[in-house]
Amino acid sequence: MPRVVRSREEFEGEIFESLVLVEGKDLPVHPAGTEFNEIAKSRRRIDGQQRVTGRAKYTQDVYLPGMLHVRVLRSPYPRARVRRIDTKKAEKLAGVRDVLHRFNAPKAAFRGEETIFREEVRFVGDEVAAVAADDEQSAVEALRMIEVDYELLPHVVDLEEAIGDVAPRLETDGNVAEAATHKRGDAKRGLKEADFVIDATYRTSTQLHNSLETHGAVASWDGEQLTVYESTQHAFGVRQGLRTALKLPFSKIRVLCDYMGGGFGSKGGVGKYSIIASMFSMRLGRPVRCVLTREEENLAAGNRSATLQQLRIGGKAGRITALEHTSWANVGQGKWVANPTGPTNTLYDIANLSSKSYKVVTNAGSLSAFRAPGYVEGTFALESAIDELADKMGVDPLALRRKHAASPKDPMVGKRYSDKHLIECYRIGAAEIGWQRRRSGGIRGSAPHRRRGIGMATQIWGGGGGPPAYATVHVNPDGTVVLTTGSQDIGTGTRTILAQICADELGVELDDVQVRLGDTDNPYGPISAGSLTTASVGPAVRIAARDAKEQLLGAAAGVLETPKAELRLEAGVVVTKGARTPLSEILGRVDNNTVIGKGGRHPNDPELSLRTFGAHFAEVEVDVRTGEITVEHVVAVHDIGRIINPMTARSQVEGGVLQALGFALSEERFLDRATGRVMNANLENYKVPTVKDVPAKITVKFVDRPDRRANNLGAKGLGEPPIIPTAAAIANAVANATGARVRHAPLTRARVLEALAIAEAKS
Amino acid sequence: MLRGPGATDVALTVNGEHLTVRAAPRRTVLDTLRETLGLTGTKKVCDEGTCGACTVLVDGGPVYSCMTLAVACEGKSIETIEGIAKDGELHPVQRAFIDADAFQCGFCTPGQIMSIVALLRENASPTEDDVRRAVAGNLCRCGAYPNIVKAGVSAGKRQK
Repeated sequence: MPRVVRSREEFEGEIFESLVLVEGKDLPVHPAGTEFNEIAKSRRRIDGQQRVTGRAKYTQDVYLPGMLHVRVLRSPYPRARVRRIDTKKAEKLAGVRDVLHRFNAPKAAFRGEETIFREEVRFVGDEVAAVAADDEQSAVEALRMIEVDYELLPHVVDLEEAIGDVAPRLETDGNVAEAATHKRGDAKRGLKEADFVIDATYRTSTQLHNSLETHGAVASWDGEQLTVYESTQHAFGVRQGLRTALKLPFSKIRVLCDYMGGGFGSKGGVGKYSIIASMFSMRLGRPVRCVLTREEENLAAGNRSATLQQLRIGGKAGRITALEHTSWANVGQGKWVANPTGPTNTLYDIANLSSKSYKVVTNAGSLSAFRAPGYVEGTFALESAIDELADKMGVDPLALRRKHAASPKDPMVGKRYSDKHLIECYRIGAAEIGWQRRRSGGIRGSAPHRRRGIGMATQIWGGGGGPPAYATVHVNPDGTVVLTTGSQDIGTGTRTILAQICADELGVELDDVQVRLGDTDNPYGPISAGSLTTASVGPAVRIAARDAKEQLLGAAAGVLETPKAELRLEAGVVVTKGARTPLSEILGRVDNNTVIGKGGRHPNDPELSLRTFGAHFAEVEVDVRTGEITVEHVVAVHDIGRIINPMTARSQVEGGVLQALGFALSEERFLDRATGRVMNANLENYKVPTVKDVPAKITVKFVDRPDRRANNLGAKGLGEPPIIPTAAAIANAVANATGARVRHAPLTRARVLEALAIAEAKS
Repeated sequence: MLRGPGATDVALTVNGEHLTVRAAPRRTVLDTLRETLGLTGTKKVCDEGTCGACTVLVDGGPVYSCMTLAVACEGKSIETIEGIAKDGELHPVQRAFIDADAFQCGFCTPGQIMSIVALLRENASPTEDDVRRAVAGNLCRCGAYPNIVKAGVSAGKRQK
């Protein structure tokens, strides 16, 4: 019988309490010394063949018979009132079937607003109208014929301008709102008592996700049921959003996401495009596709907020005495803000600390979660400041961190960590990079105008996961297995690791396990975000597989007329003392049947703090004539509990490092203040790293010790940890190499040259 | 041949099959493949020649199919990701991508593979630098580049 229990989970730096339904008892974590068949083994992705042959169907590959194509008219102004819309000419165009806008669209609740098409458009790219046509070209042409009467309103797009006094007030309470605050000890006094104080301002620019598959949906209403194919990290979240917007019951909405071309946080829930596609489909009775273009993706599909951060940090006698951190983040028209002070609050045991995080609204495209939202930005500032302090104190920056990184207790919530091996990460990383070679002031590079340096930074993140997450394991009469869950595989290898966990627990071959996910007709699966999938869905899969195994062994006991206790299931074969009988043979001896195992994730221990830890070390060369940074070597060490699949884990870390490299060196949205337009809304001028930007060497290491208090697998998440500390490690290496401190990410050549000039003027 | 302004017949060879498609002069090879022929393995990511996801081979050479018009390919041979496996056997580059874990979300993968298939026809034993040059025009947002380079080099070895 299911029962309700109270649960406490961390999600992207926030703690949530909820009531969850669980059943039965959790499994104990595997005893030390367990010989696994599948877990902890490098396995090729089980969906690799589909992906390399082009057979994998992504949302953009869904073409349904009679499907209409939607294009969206977007505001060319950062702030304006839509006074009048004339669609007569557009509607007359051949192929055009319908036009929606604020004067004719049905009400649809979306993120606290009542409509999809606002009266006051608030950023360049805001939805004004949408056209459904027989083909995309007709829809594009129709957009040009829609006449809109805009009343222009004063706008502000820049973070620092929006904070200031002269900017227009976009909300009645002003543009700036306090979002989070934390205090312990007395930071003011700690700073006063310090012998050394760093007081510095850091900035990070807006990073655009640019998932290669743009946001989009195909909706099909058949008069009874709405089926929506959506490129999403959370099929169930999309269903919830559609229910809210369209007022349909859950039973009439099915959301599907089989293959998915990247999200990185930006595809966490329903999009306006899916609501628009659904509205058209329900009005016209035909399938409707609404997929964003690359430009729209860069305007209206989210971003990592630009931040302004002030840090004051004090040191005395080789220790940090106090830390003050204030952050302002440009959320555009977003309703929330990621918290850059999260790492400050939780990473080091510093007695005197005070932090504040502010949300700043502007007439720019809204933020959305971007892989470790807040933590990437905050870690850049925090870990740069700690290096600056160590420099001033004349101590080794790693040694300074060690003094504050060993505590077994979460300094913010006061609870014990379930497990923590941060000092071990430091040890491994220092050995791999050759930290002992680091010299204050750097070393000579490969040419007289090139300086070489080493730096490092620390990572903290959640990743402990939690309920709710459910899975079922169906065993067919031929011994093959179908594992079903509502989770998604967004490119992280979810299908593969879940199949490994299932095969391992059940005692069947990996090849015999098929995984079906990305479907709201499956048991509930959580959002693929917050590095929570392995630690949330994995334990549920293990329980479901165990449930199925118990039933199979019961069936085998009956067929073989042998006590169940004497039976084992190994690689699809039931093993008794004297005989080996394939599962297929046993199930084949009874009439048609399906054995169904069920599993749900059990709650976390509320007395523990579940975190992941890590450290990145970077070695760089800086061309002091051009300001160009060459990252020679990145060492990434992470403590995320047990590694389920070392090969895919390694890939994920390399990917995180490379996405961080973009944040650190080249990625930056440019907004024109006068017009509010994004000047680089494309992949030509927005600089995503290419293969040529990859450092000569990336070393990936894991502590790889199961976190026995985390969950029944001892595994935690890895999606976000590897993007968190890289930029700070690079900035610290640049400072070590040259003496120039670049306090604005990305560290472009211009910023490096400027910092070099400042450093030279000081010396 | 004089074309347009409306749609005309264009004779193409796609993955070895001779066929005729109706295409307006402005229609790209990418849209022709995906929408007319249902070959959705070739991906549309930017549709403006900046990412390489739509890379196919035209007469053996890699091109961005979003920047190539169908009418310009009259009489030419187009190879796509769907056409390189032979008799149910994966192409060595496909095999190498799986073995080296050279993809995560997989959306850039068809383009990456086609760029390397073209490289291997010119250079059967590419170095890491050769592979880097071949896929320099193929963006991967998941950052699978190190494994893509490994896959390219090992595919060369495996072809022998």
